Amino acid sequence: MSKHHIEMTINGRRHSGDVEARVSLSDFLRDDAGYTGVHVGCEHGVCGACTVIVDGKAVRSCLMLAVQAEGAQVTTVEGLAASDGTLHPVQQVLLEEHGLQCGFCTPGFVMTLAALTDGDAKPSEQQLVSALSGNVCRCTGYQGIRRAAKRLACNEAGENS
Amino acid sequence: MTAPEMGTGMGTGIGTGRYIGQRVRRKEDPRLLTGRGQFVDDISLPGMLHCAFTRSQIARGKILAIKTDVARDVPGVHAIYTQQDIAHYKADLLSFFLAAPDVEMTPLANGRVAYVGEPIALIIADNRHIAEDAASLVEVDYADEDPVVTLADAARGLPVHPGTDNNIAAQMGEEEIDEELAAKLKSAPHLITHKVVHQRISQSPMETRGVVVTRDGTEELTLYITCQSPHLVARWLSLSLGLPETAIRVIAKDVGGGFGLKNHPWKEELAVIVAALKFGRPLKWIEDRYENLVGANQAREQEMTLQVAFDNDGKLIASHGDYSVNIGACPQLPECNIAVHMFVWAAYKMPAYGFLTRGWYTNTVGYAAYRGPWAMETLIRETVLDIAARRIGIDPIEIRRRNLVTLKDQPTMTCMEIPLEDITPAECLEKLLAHFDVAAFRKQQEAARKEGRYLGLGVAAYIEPTGAAGSIATMTGELAQVQIEPTGKVTAIMSTHSQGHGTATTMAQIFADRLGVRYEDVTVFEGDSSRGGFSPGAAGSRQGVIAGGAAIMAGDLLAAKVKQLAAHLAEASVDAIRIEDGMVHVEGSPEKSRTLRQIAEIAYGEPDRLPPGFEPGLEAKYRYQPPPMTFASAANACVVEVDTDTGFVKILRWISSEDCGTPINPSVVEGQIAGGLAQAIGMVLLEEMSFDDRGNPLAATYKDYMLPLISDVPTFEFLHANTPSKSVGGMRGVGEGGAIIGTPTLVNAIADALAPFGEVPVDLPLTPAKLLSVIEGRDLVSPTVAPEAPVVVAVAPLVSAAPVVQAAPAPANEILIDGDWKMVLSTPVGPQEMTGHFETDGTALSGYLAAAEGQQAFTGVVENGNNLLFDLKVEKPLKITLKYNLTVEGNRISGKCKMGIFGSAKLTGHKL
Repeated sequence: MSKHHIEMTINGRRHSGDVEARVSLSDFLRDDAGYTGVHVGCEHGVCGACTVIVDGKAVRSCLMLAVQAEGAQVTTVEGLAASDGTLHPVQQVLLEEHGLQCGFCTPGFVMTLAALTDGDAKPSEQQLVSALSGNVCRCTGYQGIRRAAKRLACNEAGENS
Repeated sequence: MTAPEMGTGMGTGIGTGRYIGQRVRRKEDPRLLTGRGQFVDDISLPGMLHCAFTRSQIARGKILAIKTDVARDVPGVHAIYTQQDIAHYKADLLSFFLAAPDVEMTPLANGRVAYVGEPIALIIADNRHIAEDAASLVEVDYADEDPVVTLADAARGLPVHPGTDNNIAAQMGEEEIDEELAAKLKSAPHLITHKVVHQRISQSPMETRGVVVTRDGTEELTLYITCQSPHLVARWLSLSLGLPETAIRVIAKDVGGGFGLKNHPWKEELAVIVAALKFGRPLKWIEDRYENLVGANQAREQEMTLQVAFDNDGKLIASHGDYSVNIGACPQLPECNIAVHMFVWAAYKMPAYGFLTRGWYTNTVGYAAYRGPWAMETLIRETVLDIAARRIGIDPIEIRRRNLVTLKDQPTMTCMEIPLEDITPAECLEKLLAHFDVAAFRKQQEAARKEGRYLGLGVAAYIEPTGAAGSIATMTGELAQVQIEPTGKVTAIMSTHSQGHGTATTMAQIFADRLGVRYEDVTVFEGDSSRGGFSPGAAGSRQGVIAGGAAIMAGDLLAAKVKQLAAHLAEASVDAIRIEDGMVHVEGSPEKSRTLRQIAEIAYGEPDRLPPGFEPGLEAKYRYQPPPMTFASAANACVVEVDTDTGFVKILRWISSEDCGTPINPSVVEGQIAGGLAQAIGMVLLEEMSFDDRGNPLAATYKDYMLPLISDVPTFEFLHANTPSKSVGGMRGVGEGGAIIGTPTLVNAIADALAPFGEVPVDLPLTPAKLLSVIEGRDLVSPTVAPEAPVVVAVAPLVSAAPVVQAAPAPANEILIDGDWKMVLSTPVGPQEMTGHFETDGTALSGYLAAAEGQQAFTGVVENGNNLLFDLKVEKPLKITLKYNLTVEGNRISGKCKMGIFGSAKLTGHKL
């Protein structure tokens, strides 16, 4: 199978590679670039665990081909916290609200919330919860995740803009 | 946020401390939130190759040919193995009880296939893409046979496993209802017969199964595997492979959920491990979601009929349960779920109970545990109580109040002879009712009905055996090893394992409190079989109870050691020493305070300054053996609205009132309950793994198998009773409860909402179509709820469920009976092999039964020339008399053994 040379910026660092056309962005991020925080839960776009931010938008990296991300700015869950280790507000709120248990689905929830609360965006709680209905968590019953969404909608989103 | 806690007095528990009982932040979260967790697919080893499987496309048939030539030629493919290629390796598919299966099971299909998705060939390639390409190019020719798919098929179809008489994998109880019990049921003022059908469930951990394995020379085997206990995997594998001389190390740092599926390896993992032994390079297999939904073991798929007799006051008189479970072709648990009957009436004053319980083989993927595997007991009991209340005309809460065992009733014994000392379901119910105004709700319900809106209230109560240890081989105590390092920091190594349970957090809370150090200064390690001791990890709601007790004991031992050394150094009495915040204080002498680090440096590095006989260092370990069973209790209520136009259910409110004894971390406790409740909502409303009549799975993606989403799960309100248990620390298990009690709570609420339309058959999941059938009074779901069509052509003769016990007409012949017989008794924990020695003298019988545990003599009688009747008294696990009734025919012996409250077990054997 023919290979394609691609280049993209991942978490602020330039990354290039040669991939087959069929390689998904999630596989490229994990296997080629080493960002194993991208978790693959279903490979058919339902569970949302593989969510990353591509050019400012949350996407399911299992449904996007690596070659489609040529030239893109990609952020994975590894790229959210500050370089001194300070957690991103979404991560901090999920920590405080016991928003995770096994942690496998967590990167997807983090990235979905991070994309929606980025910059000047001030989504309502309803908008956040509605968006999160595209992510599956089998452990928590969503209690802490809903509390986190509530806090991000009311307070934190504004403060961090 | 959650409702305020309503803790009662803490009695003999450890109560709350600076950390115990507090909502401490989890130690696991920072790495998991930043993508730094280590799951099995995150492991890569030098030289590692990747695996994929060719799986069966049919549910049952003979394999005529496996053609691998084309697949083998795909560039990047290194090897393709079938069962024939790995048959010379010992690789036993042991059950959770570590018993060998009593039917043939192999890692890869051996000449026959028995379910769609059964692995047939394993492909080793440079990467997963190439391995999958090749897997799809392996051609398999089959001689297709008609599969046995449902429980009904199992009863009348040809045996799934060649060489067996029927599809019953395990059976206990009595086929005929005892006459005395039947009379009680028949003569009661009210007899309710209630049937529950529970669909098949996919455990669906978000991280699928997976393994990375490397053989390091001939001496060592290292495994990274997503599992519920690295120690159990190591033990299972050592027995399975028969490699006790090989050091097996199993590592599983982070695991993306288990829920019962990942107790131990199964076909695919074992095939990859054997392939790695053979091929000699590290191999990785990561299950994809399609494989997980089709090929990974599944759970539930049960049917149960419960007869319950009530008097005119709604008090229980007697009951009988008939339970069947579809355990597929190659189950991890080849059992008949005796626990269903042990606990169905355990929390209620039930005078008499009898049962029949069976596990059936079918041509479907095998059975494994899922959170509360015996949960049918609570589902059927709590739903029948509501049906009875409606029929007799009593309030559903009142019928529970009249029958629940309260604290005042204890100590007492259940109808299945389980001692109860401190269960609190009645108290949990009262606490719940103090929080939820039922009378106000009934008014609201009545007003809503007038507007054409249908609200319903569901209430349920239950108890659950948790923290069990000592009853079966794999369920042991837990080990805590803790040390204060020379730096003054505390590290602990636990036998626990977390798949989200947060044991690194809760155990650290305990150590911090017991040692008087800051929580931040404690680190707990687990997830590696090379450190810590054996435990089955997360199984049976046990870690908080047992490991919590171990941590308390080990922590106290170590604190005593610190105090002894500090007292010696300060020339003070041990009683004068206090450890707080990592400082060791001497009462009345503040100048003599030392940091824990200073004490530790002396303990490790200055042996001359230690008290006489003091073992250098600051280390302690303790293996805690808890009481045999610790009960958790709960009562739940939920309010729903059912849309009578669409059949959709909206959950408006849900309250959990539970008693988990001492809560180490209320947020962790609530997290466990909430996760279980969400799974209960999935079971009642959404999830369903079903098959067509050829045994093809009908859910192969998460578009077909619907998991509960944030929009399906309400905010739960929590009430905590906190009655300390008798285990060290007073904890009670909380891992499975939500999944057990949530199901009937929601079913009852839906049934209450739709009561004006009639009873809702409990045939899960309660899809909108099924509810609309009740609302509209016509069948909208056919054929699944239609009466079963009569079988026109019987493929096989009806299989008699009854083991043959009647005397055969063969003439008496002493020579046939006398001598040694090899016999296998099918017990609830797997087949038990023994040798029987019989001697006859006329109709007098004597002899002994010998097994690995020892031998026991008996005397008995021979009736009708070939019917052997004898009794054996045993002390373990309970004092019971085993009544054997065996029939000899030629060189074969068969019959049954009545085992007191455990019912009957089948015995088969042959002359030696």
